[in-house]
Amino acid sequence: MDAINASEQTYGQSGFRRRISQALENPTILGLLFVAPAELLLLIFLAYPFFLGLWLGFTDTIVGREGHFIGFENYQWLLEDPTFWLTCFNTFLYTVVAVIFKAVLGIGLAVVLNRDFKGKGIMRAIVLLPWIIPTALSAICFWWLFDSTFSGISWALIKLGITDHFIDFLGDPWNARWSLIAANVWRGVPFFTIGLLAGLQTISPDLYEAAEIDGAGAWKKFRKITLPLLTPLLTVVTVFSTIWTFADFQLVWIITKGGPAGTTHIFGTLSFQRAMQGGQFGEGAAISNFMLPILVTCVFIAFVFLRRED
Amino acid sequence: MAIERVGSKVFKFYVPLAAYLAFLLFPFYWMVNTVFKSNSELYNMDLNPFYVHSPTIGNIVVLFTETIFLKWMANTFIVALSATLISLVFSLLAAYAIQRLQFKTSGPTGVAIFLGYLVPQTILFIPLAHIIFKIRLWDSLWALILTYPTFLIPFCTWLLMGYFKSIPKEMEECAMIDGASRIKIFRKIILPLCMPGVLSAGIFCFTLSWNEYLYALAFISSTAKKTVPIGLVTELVRGDVYHWGALMAGALCASVPVALVYSFFVEHYVAGMTGALKE
Amino acid sequence: MAEVRLENVCKQFDEVVAVDNFNLNIKDKEFVVLVGPSGCGKTTTLRMIAGLESISSGDVFIGDNLINKLPAKDRNIAMVFQNYALYPHMTVFDNMAFSLEMRKRPKDEIKQRVQEAAEILGIEYLLSRKPKQLSGGQRQRVAVGRAIVRKPEVFLFDEPLSNLDAKLRVQTRLELKKLHERLATTAVYVTHDQIEAMTMGDRIVVMRDGLIQQIGSPLELYDTPANKFVAGFIGSPAMNFFDADVIRGGDVISLQSGEVRIDLPAKISQLLADYQPQQIAVGLRPEDLVVATEHAPGQTIQGTVEVVEPVGNETYVALNAVSFSLIVAVGRKTLIKTRSNLVIAPSMENLHLFDFESGKAIR
Repeated sequence: MDAINASEQTYGQSGFRRRISQALENPTILGLLFVAPAELLLLIFLAYPFFLGLWLGFTDTIVGREGHFIGFENYQWLLEDPTFWLTCFNTFLYTVVAVIFKAVLGIGLAVVLNRDFKGKGIMRAIVLLPWIIPTALSAICFWWLFDSTFSGISWALIKLGITDHFIDFLGDPWNARWSLIAANVWRGVPFFTIGLLAGLQTISPDLYEAAEIDGAGAWKKFRKITLPLLTPLLTVVTVFSTIWTFADFQLVWIITKGGPAGTTHIFGTLSFQRAMQGGQFGEGAAISNFMLPILVTCVFIAFVFLRRED
Repeated sequence: MAIERVGSKVFKFYVPLAAYLAFLLFPFYWMVNTVFKSNSELYNMDLNPFYVHSPTIGNIVVLFTETIFLKWMANTFIVALSATLISLVFSLLAAYAIQRLQFKTSGPTGVAIFLGYLVPQTILFIPLAHIIFKIRLWDSLWALILTYPTFLIPFCTWLLMGYFKSIPKEMEECAMIDGASRIKIFRKIILPLCMPGVLSAGIFCFTLSWNEYLYALAFISSTAKKTVPIGLVTELVRGDVYHWGALMAGALCASVPVALVYSFFVEHYVAGMTGALKE
Repeated sequence: MAEVRLENVCKQFDEVVAVDNFNLNIKDKEFVVLVGPSGCGKTTTLRMIAGLESISSGDVFIGDNLINKLPAKDRNIAMVFQNYALYPHMTVFDNMAFSLEMRKRPKDEIKQRVQEAAEILGIEYLLSRKPKQLSGGQRQRVAVGRAIVRKPEVFLFDEPLSNLDAKLRVQTRLELKKLHERLATTAVYVTHDQIEAMTMGDRIVVMRDGLIQQIGSPLELYDTPANKFVAGFIGSPAMNFFDADVIRGGDVISLQSGEVRIDLPAKISQLLADYQPQQIAVGLRPEDLVVATEHAPGQTIQGTVEVVEPVGNETYVALNAVSFSLIVAVGRKTLIKTRSNLVIAPSMENLHLFDFESGKAIR
């Protein structure tokens, strides 16, 4: 492949092949060609289902049978369902508490890991482990850890004298909620940590030295320099985490399946139960669609911030 | 930095780090611990459960003989690798087009793809189930292979766009003057240069595919086609009986491939993650 | 009183000794420049005074206070960083006010002091802007402003001009010097640029590989360099060096290098009376080589002109004398042609001799 050969190639070709070669030089044509596969796949399996989902929410589709348009009936039905309201509450509680814990622990850990020390690379790799291991597998592990009869945690707490009976982690609604939040936090902190650690490393050490000379102690340095400079990244990371936590499924489904008695359902699990197990596609879709306002708000916030950075 | 005081170093660094490490590694420890305990030891609450009194590989044996664990592993691998391949190829082309070719709708297309990443699976799974059923891919690995790219492609495209930004435009312009066609430039210059990015993206796709649960649960029903996480949870809990030992064995064995891939490519993984966030 | 005393200060990083046995007494209100090539230890020394590096051994005093263990924030010093280190998320005003806020000064006082400093530097109109909206020169002023707001006992400058373009550098040099006169505060200034050192310092400390080479006023360093390194470092264009054999013929000593012979006058020959080695290093500044009409062996050097560089106010001529080359500075009116023959006479009063092994000046 060199200059002469390439142009000779186009010269020597027949009219049709030459037109194709030239077309492929046109950035617009080539560009559209290159994005086509991805666009096509996303159109069929993402965009179309997205709108289909919106539509299904307004129908009474049952598995195996086409549905009819029923307007807002699904939504009215849901708004009168106490389980649904409980699910709303759970989802918000789960999301808000877990994200706050993840953010705080994430920042703390990132600050601690930001020094240079031996084994920093290994430490970083270890810290990411919970995020790497497939969620389902760690969910299974937590399921076992929270078992009401055989939990090692209970055993240890009893031996330490802190409590006198085996804790019913998953049988009591509030215990179950906190257990789920704990599992989610365990899994999600690494994302914040690694993301924020990268952000911390973009802050020039000069700034800390200047602040040191200006008279700032460790806490002041954190509050007046680290935090403000980290805020854009922190916002993006938090928005992502919020979306993922809000739309979570695996963790809750495996550990409690929304129980006990539907007291830990979040939107994803309730939707699955009603649609896949109950066969009510329309109702399930309606539940899922309730997530949209929050999601849209989050995306909006993310965009505003990303725009500001430009 | 300024003058260090030894005491504060210990407090501000080692103690929090140790505490966090304990919190982080405990579930793994517990998992491994459980795998090597016999059932009788497992359910005997008089013994200290924090270490194994009489190790046994019975659970692992049960896992491999009484379930089709290996088939599930194979399924998961097939799906992960296929979806990764498809996603990488599609994303590479799309990322190059959006970032470099800058055609008329490239901006909005880029944004649209980014938005696609934010649509969670819990919103899409019901309509997707509907579609999968309609096109007769129900209970087939193809259902997963075709739907996984919906969350893999957006991220990969994003990541690879970042990589393309770092390749100087001058290189391509020089090649154009030298007489190379755009496609040749893509193959001979761009592709080799973005291999690290492709590697990062590939690893991400692989781990994300292994991590998927909802679609696999919704679209697959027959035991032989299940992926590992689904298989473990549905088949090792029969009625009221939880085979915890085997479950933990399954969880452990299934974690190994992912952990291995990860350990070889940590740098790339972190680079991919942070690179994407910076965008 | 803000004298700064460094006594036997050493800094060691693992096995590397960055600063060795540094001794310096800086007088109150004095402007001292630490100068030397990269890695000579000048910045490390500055950072030890600032409290950003720990002191391996030795003592540092500001006034009468031993400050070795004192953290940076308690030393009452202010520093201007090479990359300015402006807080990007704060306005210029907040940047300058930060240190006063840390010391919990009342808001009115802060406002007044920031305003004052801004006026001195001519940046009042920039107070509400953020660093990324400023040009390099403006950022530099803000960095200086941040320092002077503090009214510290000592100012520390870490190569503050190196990120400015050449013209701005010259202008800012003047302004900094004027500022120093006005504020009358002790200052320690680090640079690798010997012109900055010469024009700004009351005294200059030349450093190399962690060791002090010489301390003195600019002209002392120029006229009486202590060793070959200082001689070659200070002055632009640099001093010419060549090695010569020492030929002793009775009372008169000659220096011979290839075809070139220089007969030394009695005064200088005396200096070499006890000089042992056969060879010696000779130094001659370009301006101490005068164009002569005829070649007189022993008094002049002749050679071929290779390059002629007219700078405007003078012309530099590269002369090839076979066994070595010289740069000669001639007046702008003198016309010299390339490849022509040129004879020059070295000025004996300004001939520098250096020990062949140690590089030490022989005076």
